[in-house]
Amino acid sequence: MYSEIVQDHFEHPRNVGVLAPADAEAEVMNPACGDIMRLYLKIDGDRIVEAKFQTQGCPAAIAAGSMSTEMLVDMSLEEAAGFKRDAVDAALGGLPPQKGHSAVLVEDAVKAAIANYRKRQSG
Amino acid sequence: MACYENDFGNPSSVHRYGRRTRVQIDEARDTVAALLGVSAASIFFCSGGTEANNTIIKGLAKICKDRGRHLITSSTEHPAVLDTCAYLARQGFEVTYLPVNEAGVVDLQALEEALTDATALVSIMHANNETGVIQPIADIARLAHQRGALVHTDAVQSFGKIPFNVDELEVDLLSFSGHKLYAPKGIGGWYARTPTALQPLLHGGHQERGLRSGTENVASIVALGKACEVAARDMHAEWERLQHLQQRLEHGILESIPNARIQSAEASRLPSTTNVAFAGVEGETLLMSLDLQGVAISTGSACSSGSLEPSHVLKAMAVPETHLYGALRLSTGRSTTPDDIDYVLECLPDMVKHASMA
Repeated sequence: MYSEIVQDHFEHPRNVGVLAPADAEAEVMNPACGDIMRLYLKIDGDRIVEAKFQTQGCPAAIAAGSMSTEMLVDMSLEEAAGFKRDAVDAALGGLPPQKGHSAVLVEDAVKAAIANYRKRQSG
Repeated sequence: MACYENDFGNPSSVHRYGRRTRVQIDEARDTVAALLGVSAASIFFCSGGTEANNTIIKGLAKICKDRGRHLITSSTEHPAVLDTCAYLARQGFEVTYLPVNEAGVVDLQALEEALTDATALVSIMHANNETGVIQPIADIARLAHQRGALVHTDAVQSFGKIPFNVDELEVDLLSFSGHKLYAPKGIGGWYARTPTALQPLLHGGHQERGLRSGTENVASIVALGKACEVAARDMHAEWERLQHLQQRLEHGILESIPNARIQSAEASRLPSTTNVAFAGVEGETLLMSLDLQGVAISTGSACSSGSLEPSHVLKAMAVPETHLYGALRLSTGRSTTPDDIDYVLECLPDMVKHASMA
């Protein structure tokens, strides 16, 4: 069912954990299947320099979280704000059709984290 | 293999090769019937539990539609029953899905209230495939018969695993499946107290006394007969052995993993099934982690179902949301040893810790 890339990220997930203190944090949930994703970012200037994630979810969610943290590092905030589920899906070699929600979860988490950062900056 | 090499006659054929395979089928039928404590004439073979459930529920509904268009089943049945009932609902039948309590046992009060004079059939599974919980079929049958309804039980999970006979259950119809007791996949059948009251699903050459046309799967029927013979012989010893393994597994899990919840723990259950849910973890992830370590189990987790819906059985039992997504079904059988149990107990705690976010 899963691509080799997904399996690799499932068996050896990258950047699992917490950043404390973090410059941006978010927690999002998919009510349909109960998957939860937390994302932590360290930001320097306008670049993401570190990203960590935690998830309670299926293998697709774990792989999506892991892959996205790799993609996020060195991204500008602007690029991250435009982070799309399709990019994660493609990077993972394609998720099975019923697992699309994992990529959506990641996109939501990234958007929420950027919004969290903006809020902190303005507040 | 002998069936394929030497005994290839079509049992419907009149010649000697046909007669030989006919005898083999009859012998298998005798063995199956003996395991249920009924006459061979009330046993019919087909492709498995799904076909048996379809034949019985649809076949009966069609016969009874003038008498009554009401069917009663439970909310925790196998999809082969639920989907068939949903199909009949679209054909204009009324279906009541009985609730279950937290242990997964059907609410008898609800059954009593649901029964009407228009109820044609009550269909409740003997043992549940996800939790192993055993329903009070005899009590259900008595209530149903009082109101003139016929009673069917899907005994796919219990047949060959726990000692029972049809008289004890007081049912009119019963489904069974071969692969649950080590016969090949693709063979099963049903028991019917009065067979002529069923409209067949398959028309054609009138095999199985007109109730299931189609050339018989001789090799699988013979294998099913053998499987029943072995199951009957070893029933009590296996039951005890599996109960010990179940206790070892469940005790071990509860001791080593916090927030573990075993479904239907206090209810009467099959010895071969453990449904355990962990808080804050997702089932498919545990399944894959175990698979990577050489352990094959099952999960009804939302993420692993095409529809992203969690198990309808666990939902009907009001399993709390904290645990609903992290449920695993561990099944044991003839090849399971205490070492296998210990191996699972060694890997599982770390996997659960690893998969949880805390």
